[in-house]
Amino acid sequence: MRPFTRHRGIAAPLLRINIDTDAIIPSREMKTVSKRGLSAGLFAGWRYLDAGSRTPDPSFVLNQDAHAGASILLGGANFGCGSSREHAVWALAEYGIRCIIAPSFGAIFANNCVRNGLLPLVLDDALVRQLAAQVVKNPQQAQLDIDLEHCQVLAPDGQAHSFSLAEGHRQMLLQGLDPIALTQQSQARIDQHLAQDRQARPWAYL
Amino acid sequence: MSGRSLFDKIWDRHQIETQADGSSLILIDRIFLHERTGAVALESLADAGRPVRHPEAVFCTMDHIVDTTAGRNDNTRMPSGKAFIQATRKAARAAGIRLFDLDDPQQGIAHVLSPELGIALPGLTLVCPDSHTCTLGGLGALAWGIGSTEAEHALATKTLRVHRPRNMRVHCAGTLPIGTTAKDLILHLIGRYGAGGGAGHALEFCGPAIRALDIEARLTLCNMAVEFSAFSGLVAPDEKTIDYLRGRDYAPQGPLWEAALADWSELHSDADARFDTEYQIDCSQLSPAVTWGTSPQHATTVAGQVPDPARCADAGGRSAMQRALNYMDLQPGQAMRELRIDAAFIGSCTNARLSDLRAAAAVLRGRKVAAGVRAICVPGSSTVKREAEAEGLDRIFTEAGFQWREAGCSMCFFAGGESMGYQERVISSTNRNFESRQGPQTRTHLASPATVAASAVFGRIGAASELSA
Ligand code: SF4
Repeated sequence: MRPFTRHRGIAAPLLRINIDTDAIIPSREMKTVSKRGLSAGLFAGWRYLDAGSRTPDPSFVLNQDAHAGASILLGGANFGCGSSREHAVWALAEYGIRCIIAPSFGAIFANNCVRNGLLPLVLDDALVRQLAAQVVKNPQQAQLDIDLEHCQVLAPDGQAHSFSLAEGHRQMLLQGLDPIALTQQSQARIDQHLAQDRQARPWAYL
Repeated sequence: MSGRSLFDKIWDRHQIETQADGSSLILIDRIFLHERTGAVALESLADAGRPVRHPEAVFCTMDHIVDTTAGRNDNTRMPSGKAFIQATRKAARAAGIRLFDLDDPQQGIAHVLSPELGIALPGLTLVCPDSHTCTLGGLGALAWGIGSTEAEHALATKTLRVHRPRNMRVHCAGTLPIGTTAKDLILHLIGRYGAGGGAGHALEFCGPAIRALDIEARLTLCNMAVEFSAFSGLVAPDEKTIDYLRGRDYAPQGPLWEAALADWSELHSDADARFDTEYQIDCSQLSPAVTWGTSPQHATTVAGQVPDPARCADAGGRSAMQRALNYMDLQPGQAMRELRIDAAFIGSCTNARLSDLRAAAAVLRGRKVAAGVRAICVPGSSTVKREAEAEGLDRIFTEAGFQWREAGCSMCFFAGGESMGYQERVISSTNRNFESRQGPQTRTHLASPATVAASAVFGRIGAASELSA
């Protein structure tokens, strides 16, 4: 997995609350049994005037030249709520998004992010709006600088804002860890637990 | 030391170790997959050369994109749907897991099968790459939705790394009035505290109103815990749970059943358990609910009105409400009862069990769907379908003018195949009213099966109580 240590990039504000994973990638855009080829369907319901012909909707933020090359999204509360589809994260990652800053996230979505090298970064609502206001004046110049090592976002106005992230998630991102390999290091402990548990709860085993 | 909650007890028993990073390694008792997200996980695991470690604890169904018309086969109306079905079949066979295939008499929606077959049990941990896995909390199982990558982890190791959620309790006092259901209760809760109201918490429902609910209603209640952003929902098991599970295919039998009962008798929150957040609801004050907007938190009552965004104190909420009004083509102050509908849908893991179909049929018996309304009923599983047919419910539905389908998720969501029409107004027993969830620009109103049936008869939103007996 691609590690996330520090990232500087162009941000795009999408400050709606409760942006659900159906909106991030509509189910009809999940066309193959694969994690790839999903970015064209990203935000398809909002991004295109007509999803069939892929005519871009000029009013959608990611279609605007000012935000071209955006790698950071600024979102509203409960970002990524709804369906557990990891395709939402795969689509964002393939599109080039590395970090989403929002007041809160859907829990499954946040888990999916860190397992794919995307940083779900929580800042309070007022601060997200403040960053958005700074960014929109000149998105290509007014970039955000995110430092996961020190858990800080450097805003275009030069101010640094701290954030926190569950340490497990932080380490996974910083080191690009493969959680399965990591867990398999505890295999002996797991097997021992299973053996004891089978004695204690025989009814729970098939 | 203070007592432990039901959630604490299940969690502690499954915690193998705590990690330096603050997460816990949690033993997973059962894993359920479906053809929409399961094939990706199984294939990716196989590509990495990792076997499924305990295949006997893994189940897979075909529910999301299968066709629900009679005589169905692998062909679906969703472009490339067939590829998902066949890839899942192949991967499931290769992994040696129990697959409820299209032609299996037990096929159905994952969260309908799990309780019905006794795959989910009180005190077990169960995960599925599907957000509505929390449904199974209605039996007292700790069940939650995960992504595909986490599913791979669970398949390869029978464990997951999870950060422990906090404890929340919703005390439901009083008695639900006749005609007001678990669906109305959960819509009310989300409407009152917001779609983010349960974030970061494992949520236990308790109180006399919950004890009075049958198991299927508890499953409905917990189904929508994720729409409240909770980690999961839980109801402590009781005699009803035991009666429900006894003799089910995968439930323990004989001495193992006795051992299970002994264990389950401990599965309740201690009197002095501590909760980080507590809410109270007086259920005797509730009435049939319906949503007006594009988030489950946009809930009101059938007798109520479309709210005015100007009255919303919070700016984010206000703009979301305005957006929802535009999308739904509504004006503040409109009576919900005046909204004409184009279609009615009874189905989904929320409300397509036998008791749901009975409730809808009780409304439809001897009545007709209003002219111009497309009405569809999709049983949650093939078993539910057979049981309903044995009672003659299918005839009540079809004589009223409803389509009677094969089991599956069907038009609960739009995957590019069959859908509700463009900008059509649909009353639906499902759980999500998101933009375009049921079809391109489709306008979904969530409600209980009885309210959906009554609305189908009226041709507008309405409650069953408005019909003369
Ligand atoms: S019925 Fe609907 S909500 Fe339930 S699992 Fe199927 S698609 Fe998801």
